[in-house]
Amino acid sequence: MARPGLRESALFDRNAIHEIQRAAREGIYDIRGFGAKRPVPHFDDLLFLGASMSRYPLEGYRERCDTDVTVGARHAAKPLHLDIPITIAGMSFGALSAPAKEALGRGASEVGTSTTTGDGGMTPEEREHSRMLVYQLLPSRYGMNPDDLRKADAIEVVVGQGAKPGGGGMLLGQKISDRVAEMRDLPKGIDQRSACRHPDWTGPDDLEIKIHELREITDWVKPIFIKVGATRPYFDVALAVKAGADAVVLDGMQGGTAATQEVFIEHVGIPTLAAIRPAVDALQDLDVHRQVQLIVSGGIRSGADVAKALALGADAVSIGVAALIALGDNAPELDADYAEIGSAAGFYDDWHEGRDPSGISTQDDELAARFDPELGGRRLANYLRTMVLEAQTLARACGKSHLHNLEPEDLVALTLEASAMARVPLAGTSWVPGA
Amino acid sequence: MSALGSGLDAQEIDLAVTPLRELNAALHAVGEDGPRHWRVLNPRGAHALAAGIDAPIEVDVEGHAGYYCAGMNKLATVRVHGNVGVGLAENIMSGTVVVDGSASQSAGATGHGGLVSIRGDASARCGISMKGVDIVVRGSVGHMSAFMAQKGRLVVCGDAGEALGDSIYEARLYVRGAVAGLGADCIEKEMREEHLREVAELLARAQADGCDPAEFRRYGSARRLYNFHVDNAGSY
Repeated sequence: MARPGLRESALFDRNAIHEIQRAAREGIYDIRGFGAKRPVPHFDDLLFLGASMSRYPLEGYRERCDTDVTVGARHAAKPLHLDIPITIAGMSFGALSAPAKEALGRGASEVGTSTTTGDGGMTPEEREHSRMLVYQLLPSRYGMNPDDLRKADAIEVVVGQGAKPGGGGMLLGQKISDRVAEMRDLPKGIDQRSACRHPDWTGPDDLEIKIHELREITDWVKPIFIKVGATRPYFDVALAVKAGADAVVLDGMQGGTAATQEVFIEHVGIPTLAAIRPAVDALQDLDVHRQVQLIVSGGIRSGADVAKALALGADAVSIGVAALIALGDNAPELDADYAEIGSAAGFYDDWHEGRDPSGISTQDDELAARFDPELGGRRLANYLRTMVLEAQTLARACGKSHLHNLEPEDLVALTLEASAMARVPLAGTSWVPGA
Repeated sequence: MSALGSGLDAQEIDLAVTPLRELNAALHAVGEDGPRHWRVLNPRGAHALAAGIDAPIEVDVEGHAGYYCAGMNKLATVRVHGNVGVGLAENIMSGTVVVDGSASQSAGATGHGGLVSIRGDASARCGISMKGVDIVVRGSVGHMSAFMAQKGRLVVCGDAGEALGDSIYEARLYVRGAVAGLGADCIEKEMREEHLREVAELLARAQADGCDPAEFRRYGSARRLYNFHVDNAGSY
């Protein structure tokens, strides 16, 4: 271990040295799951002001603070009515075990929100246990079929993902079990690298026609979302609206992934905090803010994060990594198991290897059998309820009777970067850099 | 539905007076007792024409169709007596889609089953990510056809453009004419007796007369890129 006199380089720190040595040994980039681990400006850099002389709060346990949100009423005959503004992000069967997918559906349904399929199609387990299920249309189209399209409650056209804007999916051979291979029409055990571009449309003009086709196939009943990784949010959101989206899912660079190159996770895309205001600008400029819902994801951990995202103009948020942790991933009681595979509870991110001792990010039947979907679902529901209670606490303190009444004026920033990105004043000043 | 009329054999819908939505809704609601044969007049390049059918009916489109004609088709036979735009029969599950003219990009993209028969040419990315569909093209196909093709058969009676079968999985490709170039991990393979029979059967199903199966060459995956190895990094 380092001791006085042994000075660690800030530039070539232990992680950098380890990565050089690993690359020299293996000759391939590092692949891992989870999201960006580097520090970037985030919701922690914002504070709520709360009520004071100029405004009054609502009573914590007595006065209502509503949390519901309707998503997709712009064009769809049957929009989603969510009881809480926190949804479960797209995660595939393949990346996750079938019981884990079931647990996500159970937990989400218990608190009246939606869950989402992933790159691999819809499993009967998740459909059965998800009261509201969003069906993703991805470039690979693995498992895509019109029957499941009609069974879905909404459709999400995935253009990009915060962990890898411009990149395709990845599921390595260890996780291509018989069932996964069958659902994806692939040989068992191969490394699956799915496409980064859709096979039958290029650009927003084509996408508008594609969305029209999806609406025709489903008789204009289902809401259609467009998911983008946060890169150029103003233009991407404007083009998504133009293409006919009912809702836009905006995934910041901290957004999770089941398997992506580390260099991609840490070096492409912009932080969630930096993406929200330009996205809201686009919606407001087109006069569709609150008509086309903005669902923000990427690094949402707590009710404070939820409340801050909503205050900046989001209609809802979505969680992935946090949901897996709530299910039991990286649990401290599994520390010895994580140590056996060269990791530790709280650090495990090799979700692509399929050896997850929690039974969540695996296709190994024995490991998956360790996971109890009922217990996992209860934990997820508890976690979602806690986040909602936290967000309500903050909103009431700001005098808001609905989470959507939170606004940028309720916030200040702790750092110049956060102030500039969120466009709220630096705490104690009236100064917003760049305003 | 005032614009609906019955021809001698077919239920007719004239898109000059009937909205596309009304046509597709009627095709989706056809059930077991509805008309078995439909004729669509004045399609005028409409997009998503006859998309999402899930019934063993026949649809004749009397003219040109736009993007995603017969998209996600199940069971139906859709015949287009004209040309079609991008994404013909994308994600087709079963049934047959026949185009008398030519098709734009991504014909038969991601199709899981059924037959797509194109009597003219198909543009780029024909059969991209195909997952079990059979595609027969009487003319030629453009570049990047059968890109990441997973399952199914693509028969091209004419020529194929650059990068045929790039990153192909287990689909089988048969080309009678010249191939401008093969994509990553796509190689020519031996044409054995069972492949001659396969081509003959596909040509017959597509009613593509005048082609001798012996004139075709077979292409498929070398399977070198199925599991990453650093020595193959240059192939990516």
